[in-house]
Amino acid sequence: MILIVDLCRKPASLSRYEFVDPIAGIVRRAGSEYEIVHFSELTDEVIERSDRVILCGTALKDDLYARRIDLFTWIEDLNKPLLGICAGMQVVAAVFGGEIVPQPKIGLDEIEIIKETPLLGPPREIEGYHLHNFGVTLPPGFDLVAGREGQIEAFKHAERPIYGIIFHPEVRKRWIVEWFVNLG
Amino acid sequence: MKLGVLFSGGKDSVYACKRAMETDTVVCLITIVSENPDSYMFHTPNVRRADLIAEAMGLPLLTWPTEGEEEIELRDLKDAIAVAKERYGIEGVVTGAIESVYQAVRVQRICRELDLWCFNPLWQIDQVEYLKLLVSEVFEVIITGVFAYPLDESWVGARIDDGLIRKLEALQRMYKINPSGEGGELETFVLDGPIFRKRIEILGAEKTYENYRGRLTIEEARLVDK
Repeated sequence: MILIVDLCRKPASLSRYEFVDPIAGIVRRAGSEYEIVHFSELTDEVIERSDRVILCGTALKDDLYARRIDLFTWIEDLNKPLLGICAGMQVVAAVFGGEIVPQPKIGLDEIEIIKETPLLGPPREIEGYHLHNFGVTLPPGFDLVAGREGQIEAFKHAERPIYGIIFHPEVRKRWIVEWFVNLG
Repeated sequence: MKLGVLFSGGKDSVYACKRAMETDTVVCLITIVSENPDSYMFHTPNVRRADLIAEAMGLPLLTWPTEGEEEIELRDLKDAIAVAKERYGIEGVVTGAIESVYQAVRVQRICRELDLWCFNPLWQIDQVEYLKLLVSEVFEVIITGVFAYPLDESWVGARIDDGLIRKLEALQRMYKINPSGEGGELETFVLDGPIFRKRIEILGAEKTYENYRGRLTIEEARLVDK
């Protein structure tokens, strides 16, 4: 079962249709079971019974998650694949000692993959949809996978399958979520 | 949160409005009336009839004209949203965008400039599942424009029902038609639905069709008690 974590400002918000349901749709069509839980309602039980975790994005003006990083400390010891998307990537960065920094970007842009990973494949350029007011600095113990310092597009924990991407794969890059669902 | 819905009278803006009404408070509808029939941003067939739908739904409508030139219409849209913020106190804007990055990006940027929330509650929705939702929730939607091969004259004025959805699914497989018309293949108008206090009855309409381009222009319509 894949745990899809809703990072929007409140449970069952209007933003859920935009940032959570499209990810759930990709997971469903990829043949996996999933459970959607709002970040304020997570329990140890639901985290334990999941095989992997996706932290979804939020609306541009929504930054409540960034003020509640204390609710995400369970990620530090997580020993299963995790994908943080946009706001989700920011949460991962903050939990592991990186910073969330102002870095607004809206629209499609080229992304340079510089390090091969099971999630994004070999180095090359791809196009991705961006919708964020904040970016991240690289946390200690993470490898830069795409982009550059000052505009990090993707990172991965050096030893564990914990990934973050700042762009939105539900827009024209659904294969990234499908690959994550099927990560060995 | 007080929201304004970018509103054309087509199924997408009506259904986005329905979702917004379930979670927040919709205080106004915002309609951009473009003089450009080929506008990239704004639904044009029968948009002048959006006032009738607004009345049927019991919501105030802010109508804003634009000549429809590519970048000027964005300035006009920003002006309209700024007026809605001032007049109705909106804190956010709702759109019916499904796949169009072109539209979504531009509205997101305008909202950011005006310090407003932006919501796209149909974003990336599966188009066939969405059409089935419209039918199951008893929205009465007619096709008021067709703009793609192989859509013939019989599609103009047709109602979206289960049979028509099956035809659209077949056209999606054979011709890559977007079933909900997201690629500009179809335009629609909503006559009734669960958020309507009254339904719309068309009394007179003109149908035109030539070379896979057809329109149903509503000339006379009225509200009827439900």
